Amino acid sequence: MPDFDKLWDVLVVGGGNAALCAAITARRAGASVIVAEHAPKHMRGGNSRHTRNVRSLHPAPTDVLTESYLEDEYWDDLLRVTKGRTDEHLARTCIRASQYAPEFLQSCGVVFQPSLSGTLSLSRTNAFFLGGGKALVNAVYRTAESLGVELLYDCEVQHIHMEGGHATEAIVNHKGFPQRIRFKAVIAASGGFQANRDWLRKYWGDAADNFQIRGTPYAQGKILKDLLAQGIQEVGDPTQFHAVANDARAPMEDGGLAMRLDCVPFSVVVNENVERFYDEGEDTWPKRYAIWGRLIAQQPNQRAFAISDVKAINDYLPSVFPPIRADTIGELAQKLGLDVAKLEAVVADYNAAVRPGTFNGQKLDDCSTEGLTPPKSHWARRIDTPPFHAHPLRPGITFTFLSVKVNDRARVVMADGTLASNLLACGEIMSGNILGQGYLAGFGMAIGTSFGRIAGEEAAKTVLN
Amino acid sequence: MNAETEATADARRMMEICNACRYCESYCAVFPAMTMRRDFSLGDITHLANLCHGCKGCYHACQYAPPHAFGVNIPQVFAEVRQESYAAHAWPEGAGRLFEKNGTLVTAVAVFGATLAMLLSVLLVDPSVLTSAQRGPGAFFRVVPHWLMILLGLGTFGWAILAMVMGGIRYWRATGASASQPGPYAAAVAAHDIATLRNLGGGGHGCNDVDDSFSMQKRLFHQALFGGFMLCFAATCVGTIYHYFFGWKSPHAFLSLPVQLGFWGGLFMCVGAIGLTRIKIITDPVPVARRLLGGEFAILGLLFLIAATGLLLLALRHTGAMGMMLALHLGLVFSFFLLMPYSKMVHGVYRGLSLLRHAAEKKKA
Repeated sequence: MPDFDKLWDVLVVGGGNAALCAAITARRAGASVIVAEHAPKHMRGGNSRHTRNVRSLHPAPTDVLTESYLEDEYWDDLLRVTKGRTDEHLARTCIRASQYAPEFLQSCGVVFQPSLSGTLSLSRTNAFFLGGGKALVNAVYRTAESLGVELLYDCEVQHIHMEGGHATEAIVNHKGFPQRIRFKAVIAASGGFQANRDWLRKYWGDAADNFQIRGTPYAQGKILKDLLAQGIQEVGDPTQFHAVANDARAPMEDGGLAMRLDCVPFSVVVNENVERFYDEGEDTWPKRYAIWGRLIAQQPNQRAFAISDVKAINDYLPSVFPPIRADTIGELAQKLGLDVAKLEAVVADYNAAVRPGTFNGQKLDDCSTEGLTPPKSHWARRIDTPPFHAHPLRPGITFTFLSVKVNDRARVVMADGTLASNLLACGEIMSGNILGQGYLAGFGMAIGTSFGRIAGEEAAKTVLN
Repeated sequence: MNAETEATADARRMMEICNACRYCESYCAVFPAMTMRRDFSLGDITHLANLCHGCKGCYHACQYAPPHAFGVNIPQVFAEVRQESYAAHAWPEGAGRLFEKNGTLVTAVAVFGATLAMLLSVLLVDPSVLTSAQRGPGAFFRVVPHWLMILLGLGTFGWAILAMVMGGIRYWRATGASASQPGPYAAAVAAHDIATLRNLGGGGHGCNDVDDSFSMQKRLFHQALFGGFMLCFAATCVGTIYHYFFGWKSPHAFLSLPVQLGFWGGLFMCVGAIGLTRIKIITDPVPVARRLLGGEFAILGLLFLIAATGLLLLALRHTGAMGMMLALHLGLVFSFFLLMPYSKMVHGVYRGLSLLRHAAEKKKA
């Protein structure tokens, strides 16, 4: 049994990458550290279990990244997806620190793949974990354990008691038993609230029932809510999240990455009313995949259907669930439960609007529509060769952006603008400081690793001085 | 050709998940081979299963591993499919049934073979020769006549080679491997992969032999067992050349080439067999096909006993125990040859062929 009488230097709430980066950093600095992970061991790691890479600044090629990716380009990419809804100082802090993220993770036993040109062509900007996020999670836990970090599974932190700007103790439920953990400093790294449907419902109403939670079901936002209720400054739009186009047949929770569908740029996408609602070929998929979750979330019953024909089938990664196939558009509409005449009309109008061009699925090609609203700007080919294919889509939510406000040392800011004396935050629970909307692939892990390390350093400094 | 079974259907379901995920693309050869395909025929599934070295890296990295609803467990399901493919392609037709309760079969044949050899020596060899110290050239052949040793050795080993070659041909044809048309380059790549066990290296840092930590244990112990086995085989060949070409009859001096080859080979085999057995005992039991463990433990046990009795024979060859040790050792060796085509040993044939096919497909791609 863990020692619940001990006064720990640092309590880390949560067990994902940000939490473990913080725990390892604080422990290496000499602090005694206890980690409270809500999930059982096999589900440990929060959303990090489903991640794949970290977006990392690098002035020159490294063993795991090609060419270079400099601060200004990284910042421009972030500015574009957030449309300016970010905090430049915190964002640049994260971007600069991301340069050292791969090296730090390697020091924690994480192995990176040799850089390769994957399907999302991210090898220049993102370093890929060999085996993905669960392999990373295994490595950081093993490192934490070997450093003597106390790791508690099945341990939900339910309340962090705040007195003024000072955190005094944590009330936890450890394997069904109420306990308290005393500490000198506490790091909140317990994620967003995306798996809490009742909370999502406040902003989305019944639509929340149709959101698939891509990652951990343990992201209930309990500590986020608890802190915001105790005079800590809130930041971020509660309706904003990172979301993608998922297969409608995916599990409602923990379906992970393989549920996402990459077919959108090579399809036309209609909603339940058989209306197209957005330019499917606006830009390359890595730059657009993160807007489609939200787009579908805004459709009736949060459903959409990507329609294509046999020509497109090899242009995107295979799906876990096979596409629905039919020999005519009418038959396909029937199978999907859509209005037959409407779907035939939508496809016919689209086909008529397709201009001749040379198809190239790997880059922005010249295959576009003319006189169609909304247009399809690239990869527009006639849908005319049976069998016709459809992939049913739902929004897949990765994480919410509503956050506790932090400064550039990961210190939590109180509502009155003062700093909490011994409370820090890292990971999704503070992601909204930087992400006002939109998403960049691998940026969640960049925030988690960068601010995890900062929080660990800062916590150790606080308690050891 | 192996039939569609629950295992092949489940393996296909898992491959379709893996092919959409692809987080494991930089692990072993299975995943690049998978990404070359969108649909998985029975032959493809069989090929991928035999390409799998059971390193468990993909299982420990898998976001869909049990208890996730998808229950992706590639090492376990591929082990099942491999076993089914061993049975389906075994020669002669019908011999595949020997893969059921394989542990019992291997143990029974080995015990029977060893017992028979010892009984026959007691019955047929003059007791004064069998139990007294025999020295000088031809000492072994006073216990087991040379012609009989050669006859039994060539007979059982020849059978093993014939049956395994026939099995390999059946496998190659049935799984559609011939379409890969391997050339000399592919053969060289495959030979390199086999000799170095590259796929048990996890890209340099090792595999998850026991748990989610990385190690090279399985690779090293397998190399010890395989290398030791080949050294012992070389010892036999050198001994035969000595006998026929130079007229130098065994037993040879300890520092002679055949005895040195056999001594070190035997030691390596013991170390390898013990190491691999230990890994099988202490490893995380989930990514393991438990049903097949009996056959695996039995063949490792037999390999260990062959090596150990060989070393004992060397130690005791100048004493009165030599006769019985020789009978025991030869009984185990000949049993092993008979069992080879119907045991875990065939994995070498099918995996080798899968590596060859993979090398050829990669070159084409």
